[in-house]
Amino acid sequence: MNRFAYTRAGSVAEAVQALAGDPAARIIAGGTNLVDLMKYNVERPDRLIDITRLPLAAIEEHEGGLRIGALVPNSTVAYDARVTARYPLLASAILAGASPQLRNAASTGGNLLQRTRCYYFYDEGTPCNKRVPGSGCPAIAGVNRIHAILGTSDHCIATHPSDMCVALAALDATVRVEGPNGPRAIPFAEFHRLPGDEPQRDTTLAHGEIVLSVDLPDRDFSRHYTYLKLRDRLSYAFALVSVAAALEMDGETIRTARLALGGVAHKPWRNAQAERSLEGRTAGPETFRAAADLILAEAKPYAHNGFKIELARRAIVRGLAQAAAGTPQSQTDKRIR
Amino acid sequence: MLSESGTRDAGDRIAITLTINGQRRQLQVAPWTSLLDLLREDLDLTGTKKGCDHGQCGACTVIVDGRRVNACLALAVMKDGASVTTIEGLSTGALHPVQAAFVEHDAFQCGYCTPGQIMSAVALIEEGRARTREEIREYMSGNLCRCGAYTNIVDAVESVLNGSSARREAAE
Repeated sequence: MNRFAYTRAGSVAEAVQALAGDPAARIIAGGTNLVDLMKYNVERPDRLIDITRLPLAAIEEHEGGLRIGALVPNSTVAYDARVTARYPLLASAILAGASPQLRNAASTGGNLLQRTRCYYFYDEGTPCNKRVPGSGCPAIAGVNRIHAILGTSDHCIATHPSDMCVALAALDATVRVEGPNGPRAIPFAEFHRLPGDEPQRDTTLAHGEIVLSVDLPDRDFSRHYTYLKLRDRLSYAFALVSVAAALEMDGETIRTARLALGGVAHKPWRNAQAERSLEGRTAGPETFRAAADLILAEAKPYAHNGFKIELARRAIVRGLAQAAAGTPQSQTDKRIR
Repeated sequence: MLSESGTRDAGDRIAITLTINGQRRQLQVAPWTSLLDLLREDLDLTGTKKGCDHGQCGACTVIVDGRRVNACLALAVMKDGASVTTIEGLSTGALHPVQAAFVEHDAFQCGYCTPGQIMSAVALIEEGRARTREEIREYMSGNLCRCGAYTNIVDAVESVLNGSSARREAAE
């Protein structure tokens, strides 16, 4: 790990000012990803700005929904009674990720800002356009079993690793941030970005902006939802494919559909056309398969990850079936029903 | 503006206070020192193990302000004011019930992951969310055992859970 200066921010304004004035400074909260990246020399900040003493650690009622402060630990969100009652999809997705120890340390804002687990990104001995812009992407013609099948570019095929963010995408959360030019609210779908020709940019945040909260809107997907995560081992592994499904039902008819995929793209993947195709239709395998086909029509396999297309197709159909039936996937009983 | 007291340049050691196993300690740490390295290298509390040093194995699990965390991913300077419990602080004299259960159920082979397993199990029991073996397995999944003693580890944790629930019922 490189040596760095340390600043303990006493206010949001101090943190923004310290960050904006120093391109090589980084914000630290839980540290579960940043400290790891620093141990691999992937991140070499000249200054860490510790924001853990800022008053951003509360879950509050907000416009009929909930406002989750950027510093609320992942485990606190997952077990909060208001979250489990009103946004069980979010609780379930959080518990599908990482380990109890990591969830206790990792913050809400940090979960959004964690970096890809692409092995080339993590290995400073190889090129990587995300780590060193313009150096190349060895994953495209290399070992790419865990990589993206949707929204890739000629510069990067990395995936976003978060489970929580897949649920937040399906729930249409809003990310509230503050920067040198003041506060702004970013719709979740616009927070993360596709790699394009700037894969070094994971999000649409400007340097100097920090996350204050994630706001959940007043919508009820507490009955018909699931977070279905498929991975190489039953626990404590990143998703190969995951599905967050949230439905509003009129009997057997789907009134509203939200569907987000994890493990397949540089950001949680949504497809408005597929969601509209479900609405007004009777829930059932044919309807679900048609939606999956719409989503995966544009999927592009690489040498080792072609299996993800069929895996995603089946996960979408199973996830929608679980959501429609009101039988969400358990995150402790690993049998998939 | 940043207060002078809140900012330090690279190379400075920073004064912090930690309560470690009930004992209040005034310490000077470099900003890049992990809580794990502070415990092992500076304080000679070598019961907490360094396995992967990347938050993947759980061998460094300690309890900070009542929550189990990976000490390898925590910067000591950020924990100023916190209370830390390590394997050395679990008991004075007699074994902690989880330690006794690990012995009784032969829940280790080489023993390197064991302090982390035990700290994680102590926290799991305190959290009170695990009831079934499946839940124990899931909530212990942050602790890897390369010897593969998992079955006996679950047996040990389950025996303490059943014992605690029996005791709770008796008390009610």
